[in-house]
Amino acid sequence: MSIYGEFLVLPKTTDLYLLRSRPPSEKLIDLTFRNVVISMAAMVAVVLFGILVLVFTGSVESMGRYGLRFLFTSDWNPVNNDYGAFAAIYGTIVTSTFSLLIAVPLGVGAAIFITENIIPTRIREAIGIMVELLAAIPSVVLGLWAIYVMEPFLRPLLSGLHEYLGWIPFFSTKPIGPGTLPAILILVIMILPIITSISRDSLNQVPKKLREASYGIGATRWTTIFKVIVPAAVSGIAGGVLLALGRAMGETMAVTMIIGNSNAFNWSILSPGYTIASMLANQFGEADGAQVSSLMYAAFVLMVLTLAVNVVAQWLVKRLSLKY
Amino acid sequence: MDSKATHNTSPQICIGMENVTIEYNGSPAVRNIYCDIPSEKVTALIGPSGCGKSTVLRSFNRMNDLIEGCTLKGKVLFEGKDIYAKNVDPVEVRRRIGMVFQQPNPFPKSIYENIAFGARINGYTGDMDNLVEQSLKQAAVWEECKDKLNESGYSLSGGQQQRLCIARTIATQPEVILMDEPCSALDPISTLKIEETIHELKSRFTIVIVTHNMQQALRVSDMTAFYNAEETIGMSGKVGYLVEFSETQKIFNSPKEKATQDYIQGKFG
Ligand SMILES: Nc1ncnc2c1ncn2[C@@H]1O[C@H](COP(=O)(O)OP(=O)(O)OP(=O)(O)O)[C@@H](O)[C@H]1O
Ligand SMILES: [Mg+2]
Repeated sequence: MSIYGEFLVLPKTTDLYLLRSRPPSEKLIDLTFRNVVISMAAMVAVVLFGILVLVFTGSVESMGRYGLRFLFTSDWNPVNNDYGAFAAIYGTIVTSTFSLLIAVPLGVGAAIFITENIIPTRIREAIGIMVELLAAIPSVVLGLWAIYVMEPFLRPLLSGLHEYLGWIPFFSTKPIGPGTLPAILILVIMILPIITSISRDSLNQVPKKLREASYGIGATRWTTIFKVIVPAAVSGIAGGVLLALGRAMGETMAVTMIIGNSNAFNWSILSPGYTIASMLANQFGEADGAQVSSLMYAAFVLMVLTLAVNVVAQWLVKRLSLKY
Repeated sequence: MDSKATHNTSPQICIGMENVTIEYNGSPAVRNIYCDIPSEKVTALIGPSGCGKSTVLRSFNRMNDLIEGCTLKGKVLFEGKDIYAKNVDPVEVRRRIGMVFQQPNPFPKSIYENIAFGARINGYTGDMDNLVEQSLKQAAVWEECKDKLNESGYSLSGGQQQRLCIARTIATQPEVILMDEPCSALDPISTLKIEETIHELKSRFTIVIVTHNMQQALRVSDMTAFYNAEETIGMSGKVGYLVEFSETQKIFNSPKEKATQDYIQGKFG
């Protein structure tokens, strides 16, 4: 008596499977596909390298003339051909750092909130959609909103900041309207959806069984989230933060509209300032000669900055991330 | 041995189920279970795939709370107290009732940390190195791990990972250990090692083990619960229920129910 008996009825029909050996056409398709993909990937590298070379050659003249002094002075005088981008570099670093400092906890927190079952799914989904909608607002609209709504609304608050914390260099000037801090806040709004949605995706990808493992040995929700789930998702989250950082450093339109565009260096983030991106946007139109080269130099600095941050961050992520 | 003999006559109840019905999104997976699992014994849950063994096991330490749409009716008593009562903290329940899952699920941390993490969560204050070594030895995986304690838990094979997970649970010293097919990914040698471990552990812990391996149930368990699933009128799909619960020897030698006998003899399942 065999309990398998009744299943052994499948007749031998090998001749019905026509593709046992692969015809040349199928192999050709594979090969073509491979080559197309390779050339597409190569294109990315070529474009990146091309831009780098172009910006570098454009800035050679200015580099020769000002050297590293360009990075530490903030004169911008086309009449005397005196150029220095310190204020813009400082502005770029300050706006992107501060906006990240605010947006990362907010964005990652929101992502955790959306992915953990703390509140009903329906509400979580609604919040998720709103985050995505936030990303769809054009930056020029955000810039207008910043000028006409946000900045006037916040001015009393910023004045208060100056009054009580004025002894800190960052708050040492009276807010007079457009300035670096409003630009930081508008950047927060712009990069928040990037951080939130990418963090959410990578948190969602953490295998369910890890969560079970953690709860199963008696971990609390807090421990599970911060010791197991977030560390397992950290490389993805960091990827999102990097994208956001790139956006913050390079964002032009909204920042130009609200930052005040002043090349006079000031520590205070309540005073008008500049970023490299907004300086390029403002001046390229009517620039010529040495000024073009100086702007190229500034652009080159921006690219190097972004690149350096990326490399450091990748290295950090590799050290931090948990592999599963 | 003597104290055990007295235990045998009136076994203390560790986990009791009173008319438990568990539903996923409103449709029952198992229904109307009454079952008293004795302390410091090994109880095996057997039954065909999909009859709700994992579901029942997970209800013992409230792991089902993590599944949205999973609800429980009736009472699950642990040492006489309803663990689903309002004022009970599920985290505390899980610290006292640990679990080894069907799929190995080490943390993406080092082997050492996999064990230390759970112990630390449970407030362990003793010698950590010693605990790690002892737990790994008890789970029969020390030989494979001792030279690579700082490597990721994922650098182990599937079977070794499962034993690491067993070690992790042992290290938290719960009062009850729930095991969901802990040996399904193991070779016969490590399976025997795990069974030895279970034998050793049962003097201190209550163990509930789900297994598809009849021989294993026979070898390790004192009590066996046979679950089956069948179509019920008025409900969609199969619903699991407890067919028979008795001493393992009785279940295997003289089962009361025909279904039990058929299952044990391999006629279905
Ligand atoms: N997360 C879930 N959501 C919905 N239904 C589920 C879920 N988990 C299990 N079920 C259902 O509950 C029933 C019992 O499942 P369970 O996993 O408890 O079976 P099992 O006896 O452990 O099977 P196996 O031996 O294959 O592991 C199945 O019919 C299954 O479809
Ligand atoms: Mg199961």
